[in-house]
This record gives sequence, structure tokens and C-alpha cells, in this order.
Amino acid sequence: MSADNMTAIDALKARCGDMPVSEFRGDRRVVVAKDKLLDVMSLLKGERGFDLLVDVTCVDYLNYRDATSRFGLVYLLANTATNERLTVRVYLDEPDLTVASMVPLWAGANWLEREVFDMFGIQFDGHPDLRRILMPEEFVAFPLRKDYPLQGRGERHNFQRLTRSEA
Amino acid sequence: MSIAEPIAESSVARESDYVWTLNFGPQHPATHTTLRIVLKLDGERVIDAVPDIGYLHSGFEKTGEHLNYNQYVTITDRMNYISPVANGVAWHAAVEKLLDIEITPRCKYLRTIVAELARISDHLLCTGAMGLDTGAFTFFLYAFYQREVIYDIFETISGQRFHPSMTRVGGLAYDFTPLVIEKIRTFVKNFPQTLDDMERLLNRNRIFVDRTKGVGLLSKERATNMSATGPIARASGVTRDLRKDEPYLAYADFDFQVCCSKVGDCFARYYVRMAEMRESLKIVAQAIENIPAGPINVGIDERMTLPTKSQVYQTIEGTITHFELVMWNRGFVVPSEETYAAIEAPNGELGFYVVGDGSDVAYRARTRPPSFIHFSLFPELIRGHTLSDVVAVLGSLNIIAAELDR
Repeated sequence: MSADNMTAIDALKARCGDMPVSEFRGDRRVVVAKDKLLDVMSLLKGERGFDLLVDVTCVDYLNYRDATSRFGLVYLLANTATNERLTVRVYLDEPDLTVASMVPLWAGANWLEREVFDMFGIQFDGHPDLRRILMPEEFVAFPLRKDYPLQGRGERHNFQRLTRSEA
Repeated sequence: MSIAEPIAESSVARESDYVWTLNFGPQHPATHTTLRIVLKLDGERVIDAVPDIGYLHSGFEKTGEHLNYNQYVTITDRMNYISPVANGVAWHAAVEKLLDIEITPRCKYLRTIVAELARISDHLLCTGAMGLDTGAFTFFLYAFYQREVIYDIFETISGQRFHPSMTRVGGLAYDFTPLVIEKIRTFVKNFPQTLDDMERLLNRNRIFVDRTKGVGLLSKERATNMSATGPIARASGVTRDLRKDEPYLAYADFDFQVCCSKVGDCFARYYVRMAEMRESLKIVAQAIENIPAGPINVGIDERMTLPTKSQVYQTIEGTITHFELVMWNRGFVVPSEETYAAIEAPNGELGFYVVGDGSDVAYRARTRPPSFIHFSLFPELIRGHTLSDVVAVLGSLNIIAAELDR
């Protein structure tokens, strides 16, 4: 099989070793080991033409049926020339929630990774500006984790109330 | 430097003394929504801009993990509240992909029509507000007059002007009545004239052109690298349009074109939006005359949509379906799987990453918000331009804070 005819997933397997591949409703998904992520993504962007990073997000699998890892990062890639799509997954477990940043490859990953850090507490190694983006700087929890309650942990009503006469 | 500190002895100003900081927003009429930008200025020249967002963060994605697949459409409506129907269409496209439901042809056509009307109303607001910010008040009124007509159509369909929450899993909450079709026909007939007027007002308007041409340039490579989609990417020469590239709903049936520009400045973004409105109108005009007959919801055998009252009272299947869907501990049968589906929303690719866990509430409901991604472009677009260009660039990006912060 020549390089052109190989699918992106075959090319990945040939280069980076075997990896779990699945398909659901036409979405092709590949699970990548954490330490191989940057290699895989460089290959996909550089040689397979996945030039658009559609989205970066995360799922917290706490209490999810049959889940083996706590967090699953999701990278949605698209090729603007062929309209091919590919989902790349990376599973992370506590205590090591660090993964390579995609900002060197796609500048658009900057804010997307900041949001994942803000909501889930995933650290992105090599990110130029990893600060909270939606929550205030002094916020301590990670609100989209499943162990964080829907109505918050009193961040709102613990604020000191000032009346007009005290102010 | 605090006030109490003694003034430095050197009377020569340092380079950094010329730089001053200006807070733009969060409450500023020209941001239109609640967002804040810290601008570093050298005189009137913008050296740097640091966006600070999150003022409107309301935990929509967290709420999505606690509302069932039908209820969450009321929340998605409030994300991009300029084109709320498109959000509902995107959300239920993702849910229906997860549940493997094929919606009926009539439902596809109706969803296409409302999504295109939403695109027109979004572009009208965006171009109108951009005109307003750069001094074209009449243009804004022309745009808002026609936007009102679209809202009137939505009100006739659903009884709600702003947040119709029309879509349901496997169908729609409301069918089109003859009055709705009549109103859409009237709109299709009258709107091109307004569009001509609008183009005549601004396309060659000296002030508008001077303020937008060459401002906020974005190259094609940079647009794709920064994940830009929709009219902003198309104004920079990216030809990607999901309606053509991954035809969903009924888009494959219609004759329309993808509008692109190679320039990539604010004027190009305005121009692409104006051109897209004509194409959207073409789609609506073709769709409204060819709506297939038949039901808007999938059948009761799928157990996804509420049956009509006559089915509930007269058939046993209807009664069972109604019971199954209404009861607390029943509802949809959802695979423990995850999927992503996207549509070409007015602002760009709007997608939802939905994770199902067997219950009728999503385990994770991630939105891919185009406004969020486009706002990260803002610092590099404004760098080197003047303070007055901030509103032109901001207007051309069409940032909706509710979608930006969710």
C-alpha cells in the first residue's frame, strides 16, 4: 500500500505503534497514549493535512459505567481540503494530569486548552499562558468535574453582603 | 508606582511612559455584550489588547448535564441569542446522531428554513451593528426593520420572538401553519429590495469603506490555524462551508453558492455576510415552495417524540409511548457512547460533543462555540490599528457574549 492510499489511522499505526481504533455513527476515533500525543498530532497535521483543530474538550468519567480512566481529552480534527474528520482521544488519570500542549501546532488551541484547564484542571505542558479564562482568577475548584455540585460550593452566597449604610 | 513615591529625578520620559492602559468594557455600548478588553495604547495606536472574558459565564455546559435532551434546548437558545434556532438545530442534530434517529423529510425542510432565517437575522444584526458602530445609523435601522419581520415569523410559528425552542428530539414542537408560509413568502418577496438598499447605503460609502478596508487583516493560513470557521474564515479565502462540504438536513437539495473573499479585512467580513444573506434567501425561497408533506416527527414506534393527543387516547402504542417519555425513570434509550455533530451556524461551525450514559440526561454536553474561538483572534487583528478601529473589528467578528462565556 502506498503512502497516499493509506488512511490516516493506518499511517499512524505504522509510525507510532498499534493503538485502539473505534468507529461510531461514522466518527472515526483513535486513542493515543499520553506521551505519544505530540508525535501523533505533528504527523496528522504535517503529513495528513489535518489543518483545522475543531475543538479541544474533556470528559470527566467519574462514576461512568465501565470507565477505566478519570479524564478523557478529546481533540476534534478536520482536514479542510478533503473534509475528513478524526477524533483523537487521550486518557488521563490522577495524580498526573499533565499533557503536551497543542499550541505549537495550532495557535487556536490556546483558548480551548485554557478552558479545559479552567473547567477540569488539566495541565498543558508548554502552553504559553495557562490561566483561568471563564472563572475568576481566585476560584479554586474545577466546576465541570463530576464531583463539583451543580449549585456550587457556596462561592456565591459566601460573599460578604454590604448594605448601603455600611458601604 | 504609588502616589506617595517620589518622582524620578530624570525629566526625560522613558519609552514606557508613553504607553497607557484603557479598559474597554465590560459595560460599553460598542461591545454590545458583556466583555472586557484591556487595551495598551501609544497615543491612539493600539499596541496590545488583552481580552478578559467570563463576565457572562453561567455554567450552561454544567446545566446540560442535569437537563434531559429535550429540556436543554431552552438553554442552547440562550447561547447565541441572535440566531437561537440554529443552536437548537445543532444540539438536536448531535442528539439524533447519538440516538441514531433519521428525521422525516418535512422536518428536515422546516429546520432548514428556520436555520436559514436565523442566519439572515444574525447577519442583519452583525452588519447592522457594525454599521452603527462606524457611524451608519440609517443602515442599522434598515437591518433591524427586516430583523423584526423574521422575529414576527418566529412568533407566528412558536409564540416566542427570541427563544422559540422549536426543535425536539426526532422532530419539531410546531408545524408550519399556512399563515407562517404566507409570512415567509412575503418576506422572501420584500427582503431583496431592503438588501439592495442596504448595499447601496454602505458598499461604496466613503466613511464606512475608509474605516473597514485594510483593517483587521487575517490571512487564510492564520484563519485555519486559529480554528476560525464560518464567514470570518470565508472572508479570508477558506472555502469551507459545512452546508456544502458535509450536507446535513436538506441542503443537498438546494441551489446556492458559498460566498468567499480573498481579502480578509473587516470590509470583506461585512461583504461576505451581505452576500450570504442573498444565498440564504435563495435557499428559503426554494425550500418554502417544496416542503414535503407528511409528519414532522418520527413515528411513535421509535419512542422518541411525544405522540399527538388523538394517538394517546385512541391507540395503545400512543399511550405507551406517551407514558414512557413522560415518566421520570424512563424516557430515551441512549447508548453509552459519545459523538460530535456540527452545523454551519451563522457565526461558523457550531457543534456539540454529546456523551450519553444510558439515562435521558447527557453525561457531557460540550458546545463548540464559534464566538469563543473567534474572539481569541481579536488581539492580533487589532494590533497596530487605532482605538477607533476596535469597534469595527469587534463588530466584524460578531462576538456574542452569551455564547462566548456560556
